[in-house]
Amino acid sequence: MIGYILKRTLQAIPILLGASTLIFFLMHAAPGDPTSIYIRPDIDPIVIEQMRKNLGLDQPVHIQYVRWLSSFARGDFGFSFSQKRPIIDIIKDTLPNTLLLSSVALVIIFALGVLVGTIQAVRQYSWVDNVATVGAFFFYSMPSFWFGLMLILLLSYKFQLLPASQMTSVNFEFLPASDQWVDRLKHLLMPAMALGIGSAASVARYMRSGMLEQIRQDYVRTARAKGLSERVVIFKHAMRNALIPVITLLGLTLPFLVGGAVLIETIFAWPGMGRLIVTAIFQRDYPVVLAIAFVSSIMVILGSLIADILYSVVDPRVRVDEGEA
Amino acid sequence: MEAVLRETAAPDTRSGRRTAGEPRKPWAIALSAVAPGLGSLAVGRIGVGAWILGAWALALVTLLISRDDVSRTLADGGTGDWIALVTLAATLVGVWVWGILDIAVVSTRPVKRTGVSQWRIAGRRFRRNHLAMTGLAIMVFLYWVTLLAPFLAPYDPNFQGNIVLNRYQPPSMTHLLGTDKFGRDIFSRILYGARISLSIGFISVAISVTLGTIVGATAGYFRGWVDTGIARFIDMLLSIPRIILLLVIIAMFEPNIFLLVAVLGLTGWEGSARIVRGQFLSLREQEFVQAAKALGYADWRIILRHILPNTLAPIIVIATLGIGNVILLEAALSFLGLGVQPPTASWGSMVNDGRDAMITAWWISTYPGLAIVLTVVAFNLLGDGLRDALDPRLRT
Repeated sequence: MIGYILKRTLQAIPILLGASTLIFFLMHAAPGDPTSIYIRPDIDPIVIEQMRKNLGLDQPVHIQYVRWLSSFARGDFGFSFSQKRPIIDIIKDTLPNTLLLSSVALVIIFALGVLVGTIQAVRQYSWVDNVATVGAFFFYSMPSFWFGLMLILLLSYKFQLLPASQMTSVNFEFLPASDQWVDRLKHLLMPAMALGIGSAASVARYMRSGMLEQIRQDYVRTARAKGLSERVVIFKHAMRNALIPVITLLGLTLPFLVGGAVLIETIFAWPGMGRLIVTAIFQRDYPVVLAIAFVSSIMVILGSLIADILYSVVDPRVRVDEGEA
Repeated sequence: MEAVLRETAAPDTRSGRRTAGEPRKPWAIALSAVAPGLGSLAVGRIGVGAWILGAWALALVTLLISRDDVSRTLADGGTGDWIALVTLAATLVGVWVWGILDIAVVSTRPVKRTGVSQWRIAGRRFRRNHLAMTGLAIMVFLYWVTLLAPFLAPYDPNFQGNIVLNRYQPPSMTHLLGTDKFGRDIFSRILYGARISLSIGFISVAISVTLGTIVGATAGYFRGWVDTGIARFIDMLLSIPRIILLLVIIAMFEPNIFLLVAVLGLTGWEGSARIVRGQFLSLREQEFVQAAKALGYADWRIILRHILPNTLAPIIVIATLGIGNVILLEAALSFLGLGVQPPTASWGSMVNDGRDAMITAWWISTYPGLAIVLTVVAFNLLGDGLRDALDPRLRT
């Protein structure tokens, strides 16, 4: 087991290296360099030249690449032109918020998807199944940003149930600790819903077909024949096996969550990395844009690593196959 | 007329789902000549008859509401107007001919006696799938609307009129879906926005699927270090979320519609590359490929003539599902203000336009979003139906 985890982790390193190389060369393919925003008639070209020297931009590409890589590996992402502070500090502020939003969305995706898919499979072709199938199809085809806006329109403006934006209320600091939790949760609910609903729909689809496959197996018939209650048969026997393909979906869902956060955080004014990349683009703050691209690819690679490891935990066959190959 | 029809019908021994030798009914043909589809309905071809009749009604209604536009086009019309006019005329003629053909030829076809091709079986399976047919109908309708936009739209998409009086008008008979903060008609803008979404979707997917097929075919056919290299490169690309990669590229340049098509086309080919690679890996071991190699054919000939046609089915499926996905991405980028630039109408940017007036003017954001949902649902239904018809093993 430990050997497998180690092997997978080692495989992830060249991918990360490759992704960061890609990001570096994308940056270099772009016209101009970071100093070009300072090129103005009132600034002496000598100053620009000195600036390029200080930043190491006069060096050959391969030397720049090695320097850039070693500073990224040490967590030094450079300096943000628009916020006038080190990028690593900005990321330290925003990353936890994005992680919080994504993990709550992940919980919603899997809880909702597995639940709905299981109910659909157990009651195949009933009206519940049909309604859920049609519903899943619509949610799957819906733009998340539009769904988010519709949630705000209905739940915040029309019925005034949930707050429309930000992570906390204005008077958050003055609330007692117990209410602070409720306040945070209220602010989380809508963005996490909007972020997760599309993926939840596709999890439900996979869960339904996986579950349908399992409940026709012999071992399920055996379990029923020995007199186990239907609940035990479904939840302890069939569901365990039906969950295996859903766990591979976990790895595939992560890029969607990280990418979807860009839109959802913008709509709900959530102070996370996604909203940061959009503002950075409009302020032409390239170092921030690239740092966020790098951090999000780390998140995706780590996520699929965790999914792979989880997969080998629930299905030992994967490990054995890998070992033989 | 009838002699001609009989001649075209006689040598036709291809399959039909009807039983053999049904006599042609002149009265039904006459009925269909007056109102296409009615004849088919009368002889009991309910499904097809309803589709034809519906299409005919739609074409007639369009002609009715755009009669002023037609005369304007004839007097002095731009390219867009002429395209719309030709489309409308072609629709009317096409539906009429379809109605006649269905009753005079298809319904009287004798039972087939020769073998049936895989594609024909798939086509039959597809036609039986009502959801997929609905998806196809919506898709055809949407592309038709994009061509007819100048006739169907009551206003110019960027026409503002008296901005003080006209803005934030709720949906009414003058403005079907209301107006936005500049007094522009939402309904007209949605019709013109369909052009952007559908053409970007189509062209980008054409680029990315072609690219994916080339890469996947190369990897799967040549294997070895080429395959390993490509697989690693794909792993690398997939580790950056697509929307972030798009944002990074767009951030470097000025966003415009050509850049958008290019970057959407040049990303997102990984899926089709992986599928084509898998197909090539298994097909290259088959006897017919061995035979082609033994005959000394060049690699490119084996790839293009022998293996590629066998991988078409999954490519078609992934392309159809990909269009829906690209439409969502384009809408997302335009929503962020990094896609199609104002004042060009795009569904994504229209949703964004309504954001600052959500409470007072809900219709600005709501309707373009519904248009996106309808379009993506259509492409997903179509893609799912094609997958079920072409390769039932792929069903989830």
